[in-house]
Amino acid sequence: MNHIVIIGNGISGVTAARHIRKNSDQKITIISTETKYFFSRTALMYVYMGHLTFEHTQPYEDWFWEKNRIELKEGFVNSILTDEKILELRSGEKFAYDNLIIATGSKPNKFGWPGQDLDGVMGMYHKQDLENLEKYAPNKETCKRAVIVGGGLIGIELAEMLRSRDIPVTFLVREDSFWNGVLPTQESEMINEHIKDHHIDLRLGTNLKEIKSDKNGGVKSIIIEETGEEIFCNVVGLTAGVTPNIDFIKESGIAFGRGVKVNHFLETNIKNVYAIGDCAEQHEAIGQRRNIEAVWYTGRMMGETVAQTLCGNKTEYKPGHWFNSAKFLDIEYQTYGWVFNERSKKENDVYFQWRHPKYDKCITISFDKNSHQFIGINTFGIRMRHEIFDQWLTEKKSIEYVLEYLADANFDPEFYKLYEAEILTKFNSENNTNIQLRKKSWKRIFSKV
Amino acid sequence: MKVIKQTGLITFLIGLALFIGTIFIGSFNLTQAELDTFIQEKGYKSELIKTELTKGVVTNENLNIFEFSSKVINAIETSNKHYNTLITKYDAEKNWAKKGAQFQYKIFGKPHSLTFTLAKKAGKGFAVEKTGLMWFLTFGLGIIGALLFIVPDVVLLGKPGIKNDRIFLSSASNRGWIGWFAFIFLVSFYILLYFYPDYIVNWVYLVEPISQFISGNSASQWFLYGFLYCVVMSVMAVRMYIKYRHNKYQILRTTSVLFFQIVFAFLIPEILVRFEKPWYDFKNAFPLDYDFFFKWNIDALISSGGFGLFILVWGVVLTIVVVPVMVYFFGKRWYCSWVCGCGGLAETLGDPYRQLSSKTLFSWKFERIIIHSILIFVLVMTSFALYTFFSGANQIIGIKTQTIQDIYGFLIGAIFAGVIGTGFYPIFGNRVWCRFGCPLAAYLGFIQRFKSRFRITTNGGQCISCGNCSTYCEQGIDVRAYAQKGENIVRSSCVGCGVCSAVCPRGVLKLENGPEAGRINPTEILLGNDIDLISLVNKK
Repeated sequence: MNHIVIIGNGISGVTAARHIRKNSDQKITIISTETKYFFSRTALMYVYMGHLTFEHTQPYEDWFWEKNRIELKEGFVNSILTDEKILELRSGEKFAYDNLIIATGSKPNKFGWPGQDLDGVMGMYHKQDLENLEKYAPNKETCKRAVIVGGGLIGIELAEMLRSRDIPVTFLVREDSFWNGVLPTQESEMINEHIKDHHIDLRLGTNLKEIKSDKNGGVKSIIIEETGEEIFCNVVGLTAGVTPNIDFIKESGIAFGRGVKVNHFLETNIKNVYAIGDCAEQHEAIGQRRNIEAVWYTGRMMGETVAQTLCGNKTEYKPGHWFNSAKFLDIEYQTYGWVFNERSKKENDVYFQWRHPKYDKCITISFDKNSHQFIGINTFGIRMRHEIFDQWLTEKKSIEYVLEYLADANFDPEFYKLYEAEILTKFNSENNTNIQLRKKSWKRIFSKV
Repeated sequence: MKVIKQTGLITFLIGLALFIGTIFIGSFNLTQAELDTFIQEKGYKSELIKTELTKGVVTNENLNIFEFSSKVINAIETSNKHYNTLITKYDAEKNWAKKGAQFQYKIFGKPHSLTFTLAKKAGKGFAVEKTGLMWFLTFGLGIIGALLFIVPDVVLLGKPGIKNDRIFLSSASNRGWIGWFAFIFLVSFYILLYFYPDYIVNWVYLVEPISQFISGNSASQWFLYGFLYCVVMSVMAVRMYIKYRHNKYQILRTTSVLFFQIVFAFLIPEILVRFEKPWYDFKNAFPLDYDFFFKWNIDALISSGGFGLFILVWGVVLTIVVVPVMVYFFGKRWYCSWVCGCGGLAETLGDPYRQLSSKTLFSWKFERIIIHSILIFVLVMTSFALYTFFSGANQIIGIKTQTIQDIYGFLIGAIFAGVIGTGFYPIFGNRVWCRFGCPLAAYLGFIQRFKSRFRITTNGGQCISCGNCSTYCEQGIDVRAYAQKGENIVRSSCVGCGVCSAVCPRGVLKLENGPEAGRINPTEILLGNDIDLISLVNKK
């Protein structure tokens, strides 16, 4: 029987395994070092905050794997012998495969800062990071202050985590406004304000110079590059992005750049070896997506796709319209289609923006200034329907159409106050138009299928 | 703010301690005249009970409630034993006439209930004489303390939003020692309420003036329970309003359950009694209201004229028409988490415990077996009851209607719905009864699953499998299992509390009523992946 070995039990590897099992009877083994059972990495923050226990982050009960004949192997792959189709584990054990899927995900970036390997310096990515945080920052008595370096999604989550235990947090962000490499100014500034409202000491345009050690090899303080200021702290969180976790393939002959190089069929340069998820790097970008996408759902989609290929239905990885979501402390964020920040948006892209005068809610719609084609939306504090926007993007609707039917897209819980009318009024007055808001229609919402 | 909160906690605990302490205070005894009146009211023919009771409780001694209770029960037992001996004797002698004559002297009914009635006349001491003061020291301090503990959260919780910090780190909400203490307290409370009402007669004294004011009647333990229920729900509703102040669905829903509890379950029935109408809760639908078709209830309704008939018709229409039609349009949530009293307590007092419900597949299987068995049980019992009503025969195939009714009342009505249903909140989560026991929920569940417009929509491919939805589902539904597959949640047990949607960090879930077509949408591949692949795989 064909033996498929998957290295890594994150969302990519596990999705691949599940779909291979649905479609075939091949032998499946998942090898992982981090944990025996699959858990949701995105939920680790909620364990520290006390919203969940670690068991809650595991989407499948422990019997699931045996029932579905997915073998779980705890071990660390040292090297891959692609000619013999053999894996060598750190334990010395050898493991034969017929098809190999590399799904090892990412690891936190470290940029060679002095002191970056001290006790109490950590990323927030692996289960081991969570255990470390519990050890070095269990409460505000043990951890009198924490410094977070890197203003991305994991950085703000780590800040939220530490604040849930009342630990003072200084948040160093290299950019001059939070996540403004991605977000337009309006949104980025709203998040800046929101971070400060949560009593987080936000330092914009600030870099880390070094981390100073106390006499036991722990963290004593950090020094800021720009001002030389010393900030005393017990924990340093390094959250300046992630990088593919692929050191073990470097001798194997499998081609790599920053990640494992794959074509659109997720094949590497070696036959029978595939790579999916965060660790895969496309030779050629797909649409406007990045070559490496460290996003939950792209990992899942690559798993779905490679499973088809391995079950005899060779399938190209073709992600649809871009979408994503996140939560910045109390503010939910969703995006459909492309909204780039002011610096990276295309020449013909223009924004229509609305922000609530009082609450933390705003939207940015990006559209083509000539054709008025709708390109994408960022929505903060208002939930929107994925399916509707996906359909509108496919049908290349105009901004006017999107606004006219915006009520169909609202996904906020029932009885929530609706802002479509205010949004439309603003658009009409800015553009001298007279678009009338259509009432929400179940028929339109559910008509697509 | 923290100081206010701590003061509140201390005040509440003092109130609680005094409330528990109240059980032990006061003294109980009767004068001969009082006892004679009681015996006359009850129509006891046994001379023995009179002498025994006189010996026991007509005294100047200061008996506490436990001594009093044991003396009364002794008296009843002695009397019954005497006549039982006679019955056995005449039976042996085949003296049927004499044997038959003895039964009229026997005292039927639950001894602790009889004791309660008698104790209600016999009490002296603070609870009886200084009712207002004692009410303030127990209920009053409890309410004030709880509010002082809860209200500072407006500031302490920070900006509006989901604040579930430390829930699994706190011993109160994660089955720690506080949780177990709450469990013991609640279970003991229900055991006393259902089986030893005489022991809590002092509590009933505390609400006596309120009962007199509303219905003009003397308070029973059920009035105490109703009043306490309303108080607890009101206080804990304040907590809900603060915790979910950003979420209008939760605010309206909480207001609705509170309104139906106070007005429909508490005030209207008591006011009906004042106007000499039958006590009836207009929202309490059969088969949750399991004794609606019992002979005594139908008889009582019919005998109270046009209004009674109206109640009878309404009760039938409510179950057969109103409930299913509403479930078709809105899902069973319209009842279970907007109207129902059991749901109301679960959504207020029980909200801090919702994360403790079990999500395993085993629990789901167990749940389906138990809840549907109880539905069958209640239907069989009701057909017995109706048969008895129409035919007058008190048994079918040798099984007595009364026996079945007694078993149901004890096992399901008292033990399951009360002791386990609420008592186990701090251990198994807040919907133990609604999930495993309620026959009405089982009935509504069928409609919701097979013929309804209600569903929880999953928002395309946005789910990140974090597990907040499943964890905070009080009904133990593994919401994530559906959401991470891009599948709508259509489950018979969903009560539509809306908390899965509230706690979702990515805006994935929305409770809504829409067209039936496409409501159940099993998917293999989620939205976002190549359209060909979606349709290819999902069509297979």
